[in-house]
Amino acid sequence: MATQNIILAGFGGQGILFAGKVMAYCGLMEGKEVSWLPSYGPEMRGGTANCSVCLSDEPISSPLVLNPDVLIAMNGPSYDKFANVMAKDGKIFIDSTLVNGKKFPDGVAVFEVPATQLAQDQDLSGLANIILLGKVLKETQFASMEAVKKGIEKCVPPSKTHLIEANMRAIQLGMSL
Amino acid sequence: MAERVLMKGNEALAEAALRAGCRHFFGYPITPQTEVAAYMAKKMPKIGGTYLQAESEIAAINMVYGAAAAGVRAMTSSSSPGISLKAEGISYMAGADLPCLICNIMRGGPGLGGIQPSQADYWQATKATGHGDFQILVFAPSTVQEMVNTVFKAFDLADKYRMPAMLLGDGMLGQMMEPVEFPDSDPSANIPAKDWALTGHHNARKHNVVNSLFLQPQALEDLVVERYKKYDYIKENEAMHEEYLCEDADIILVAYGASSRIAKSAVNAARAQGIKAGVIRPITLWPYPSKPIDAACSKAKAFLVVEMSMGQMVDDVRLIVNGRKPVHFYGRTGGIIPTPAEVLEQIKKIAGGDR
Repeated sequence: MATQNIILAGFGGQGILFAGKVMAYCGLMEGKEVSWLPSYGPEMRGGTANCSVCLSDEPISSPLVLNPDVLIAMNGPSYDKFANVMAKDGKIFIDSTLVNGKKFPDGVAVFEVPATQLAQDQDLSGLANIILLGKVLKETQFASMEAVKKGIEKCVPPSKTHLIEANMRAIQLGMSL
Repeated sequence: MAERVLMKGNEALAEAALRAGCRHFFGYPITPQTEVAAYMAKKMPKIGGTYLQAESEIAAINMVYGAAAAGVRAMTSSSSPGISLKAEGISYMAGADLPCLICNIMRGGPGLGGIQPSQADYWQATKATGHGDFQILVFAPSTVQEMVNTVFKAFDLADKYRMPAMLLGDGMLGQMMEPVEFPDSDPSANIPAKDWALTGHHNARKHNVVNSLFLQPQALEDLVVERYKKYDYIKENEAMHEEYLCEDADIILVAYGASSRIAKSAVNAARAQGIKAGVIRPITLWPYPSKPIDAACSKAKAFLVVEMSMGQMVDDVRLIVNGRKPVHFYGRTGGIIPTPAEVLEQIKKIAGGDR
């Protein structure tokens, strides 16, 4: 795995940018070159929020991902925007509670995870993003479990350390799917 | 060295400024640099510094003028349209020989333009920041870590030469997070004594005067000529650049900041296809690193300048190359970041033409 280019996309408030930051920190904990670039345009206000994450063994040229190896799509518009620009053999992870009835592109593996529903059912409110991340971890092994734990610890603000345990539970749930 | 943390470029540059001893920040919010001001607003009060959101960009730069005249490390930051508003104040500071740091996190223009990354303020930064005969130091980092390093360097050189320095970034560098570590340095080591500053002395010494008004033409000419001797010295001694795979390169790309990252990626792809390409990356845009480009003329077959503009720095490269080799240009503008594939296409076109 020389370079993994990832796009995370969804509505504002779903923790898209946070999940991206966790991925970037995981890469950093593994000693990789990493970058994280948010969309900061008008789409931040109401429509889709997305961020690009690059994990690489080489210095990263452009942090803007145009053809992702991995797409995490947490709403329909996000899926529509990026599903057809996937890199060869790319992997798409969709929150199937919110994204359904889509045609899947050829040559791409699609993983459907009812993350929002699972989060509600399992008392992991607001952690659909991290459940999806757990599934991504299982299918791509983008980092070790130890790095993921450290990554989450780095990203959860000091005032909310009680949420680390729930985040780890969400990762485990995603990995079990 | 401390551990590496992930930080946005805007926040990292603000933290670096604090560590460089800056305790006076004056600004006005504008995308995509607002995190600089937000970070300062949060941190300055905790360390006894001054954060002030001015009523306008013009007010902010004039507050920087006042603080710098009193001898402290002061800064402001903005993005393209805001820098245009600061132009008058920057000219006054250059005319009064005052050091400061101005950050421009560029966005698409002209006018209000857009808010996506751009490099279309090169001419403004290096040639016409304001009216009159003057230059400012201009640094163009290409990573978040280099943003940190250049903030220290910019403050140090601004103080050393008593002139404004600019950090010229873009929306991509300002908004992206990358790993960064901060040097453990004592900033006071690099702050020279400022015996010219207006510090108040109860008539214990001769009055200092900080001023840019000189009504006698001869006095003004003498002053400007003297200042240009300083500029000549800086041109000779302070230019910074990086060379990437230039040793055997037939095609030399010249790019700075965000577009230099794209250029390096395109060069790697070109080499994978057997085309010998390299990158000269200016780190200072004024003084411009003309020597490495001049030297490359003897070996390289062609140059390709890549910018996020319609072509501004390419003028400087053409002046240095001076017709000895073809100088090509590729740019995207308006907030579009060129892709490595687009740049590779240009390299292949040039390589094809050469064969």
